[in-house]
Amino acid sequence: MTAVAERAPVQPRRNGPLSRQNLVGTIVTGYVPIVLATLVVVLPLLWMVLASFKSPGELLTQTPSVLPDSFAPSNYAEAAQKVPFGRLFLNSVLVTAIGAGIKVALAVLTAYALVFVRFPGKKVIFALVLATLMVPPQVSLLPNYVLITGLGGADTYWGIILPGLATGFGTFLLRQQFLTLPASILEAAEIDGASHWKRLTRIVVPISTPAIATVALVNIVFEWNEYLWPLVIVSDPNMMTLPVGLTLLQNSESGADGYGLVMAGTVLVIVPVLVVFTAFQRYIVSGLTQGAVKD
Amino acid sequence: MTTTEAPRALPPTSPTRVTATRRRRWASRRNRRDYLVFLAFAAPNLLLIALFTYRPLFSNIYYSTLNWTLGAPVATPVGLGNYVEFFTSPRTQGVLVTTAVFTVATVGGSMVLGLLVALALNKRVQGVGFARASVFSPFVLSGVGVGLVWLFIFDPVVGVLGYLLRLVGASSPQWFNDPTLSLVMVIIVFIWKNLGYAAVIYLAGLQSIDRDLLEAASIDGANARRTFFSIVLPLLSPTTFFLLVTSILNSLQAFDILRIMNPLGRGTTTLIYEAYLQAFGGSNRAGYSATVSTVLFGLLVLLTVFQLVVLERRVHYR
Repeated sequence: MTAVAERAPVQPRRNGPLSRQNLVGTIVTGYVPIVLATLVVVLPLLWMVLASFKSPGELLTQTPSVLPDSFAPSNYAEAAQKVPFGRLFLNSVLVTAIGAGIKVALAVLTAYALVFVRFPGKKVIFALVLATLMVPPQVSLLPNYVLITGLGGADTYWGIILPGLATGFGTFLLRQQFLTLPASILEAAEIDGASHWKRLTRIVVPISTPAIATVALVNIVFEWNEYLWPLVIVSDPNMMTLPVGLTLLQNSESGADGYGLVMAGTVLVIVPVLVVFTAFQRYIVSGLTQGAVKD
Repeated sequence: MTTTEAPRALPPTSPTRVTATRRRRWASRRNRRDYLVFLAFAAPNLLLIALFTYRPLFSNIYYSTLNWTLGAPVATPVGLGNYVEFFTSPRTQGVLVTTAVFTVATVGGSMVLGLLVALALNKRVQGVGFARASVFSPFVLSGVGVGLVWLFIFDPVVGVLGYLLRLVGASSPQWFNDPTLSLVMVIIVFIWKNLGYAAVIYLAGLQSIDRDLLEAASIDGANARRTFFSIVLPLLSPTTFFLLVTSILNSLQAFDILRIMNPLGRGTTTLIYEAYLQAFGGSNRAGYSATVSTVLFGLLVLLTVFQLVVLERRVHYR
């Protein structure tokens, strides 16, 4: 199921790609497109990091220099004075950790129930869970806003977290994984008298760790980036998550010289995800591209 | 397995009435216990889905029959009045055109470029793993962050894009003030963010193609272009179809980049953005916003049915 599985190496040929007559051709047709594609992605992000260290004087110019005069984090300090960045970072971490944690737990439980527990109409229930993947969150925005504000959830952590907890994606992914587990192991455990809870926690979860990690990582990334819902449900700057706080900073620093501060804030929202992505690339890519390739 | 005392290891004698009923009673008790376990495990998630995904669909239909200002305690029923307004207002025409242009351009752009990038990455050279990860990475980044980075690059005065254009003697287009250029700008950024997804999916498709077929074609004297159009592309059609569906859904849901790069939505107001603007953009027209959401949902249902019924049959599956 891994979308980016390595292909078996090409058999060595006498006129290999690095032989002298092929070297130029290999570079032009092989490396140039790859390097171009990489640069198109990497350069804007590099530009963001460099700009986050530039002073207003360096930014307010028609002939920008590549490197900043100094790498002193003055923009970061100043941005933190305009918007409570420490607090925003903490809010984002809390919302992400709690939201993603509960979502993974719900997905594991639902997927286990759908695969291993007898219940009438399981197929219909699964179809209804799957169908939620087709409903964009924006469509439910207004009714959920009315409900949550009515319950007093505006500007609260639970108000930010609760409506996003329903999880179709994780349930779908884990159900696929659980279906591949050998039934004989679970049957043996059942015969030995192990309860469903024991079978779940002692057998299914331990052997499905990679799939569960995938669901967790994808959810962490999504929760961290979530923007629309926190944007409408939060108005108190102290309760904002990072992406919403960035909007606030963008509005207060609308002049061209404010880009340094805005880029400093942007680094804070983008770089953590880049770090997580770099460390767990394989899981995240396979999680997000699953279902695409039939095997 | 060392279990010998299993219930199924009963001697193969003909079952008497007594053991049959006992077994049935045992089975039904076990079923009842299983039902309870199922509910304990699945109910929290199912209730959340019902409350926050399915209930809103019906609430929207109800809200859409109201003339209702968000936050106001009273609302006047207007029947289909909101729908009449939606389908007759000249503003809607603009929104639909914008939605169509944005969707076609971003879906087409990210799929064509994604395929080209996938072809480039489908090689065994050093560093291709890094390139693959880099190309995919914007897909997982915050739309807010990506929008801000590109806002800085596109800025006609201090942006690096304008600087590069001035180097070659051109002047920077007015990306922020011209509605058409604003649309072009958000399309470019949206493609930048999403094309890595298409590339990785296409790459997986390319790598699943049987190499014998390609070798056979080359033995038969087919050149690269012929091989690509007559063999590779048809074999990729399930991948193309999958990407088409997911990309359309993804583009119809675009929000973060639009909100950050052009908050007032001049020239970039798609259906989703119109639903947001009407309720949360200052005029607080909740009833009308629910109408737009309901229309959008209807459109998605149509797309899904179209996908299941019409297209699936025509796709080349091996």
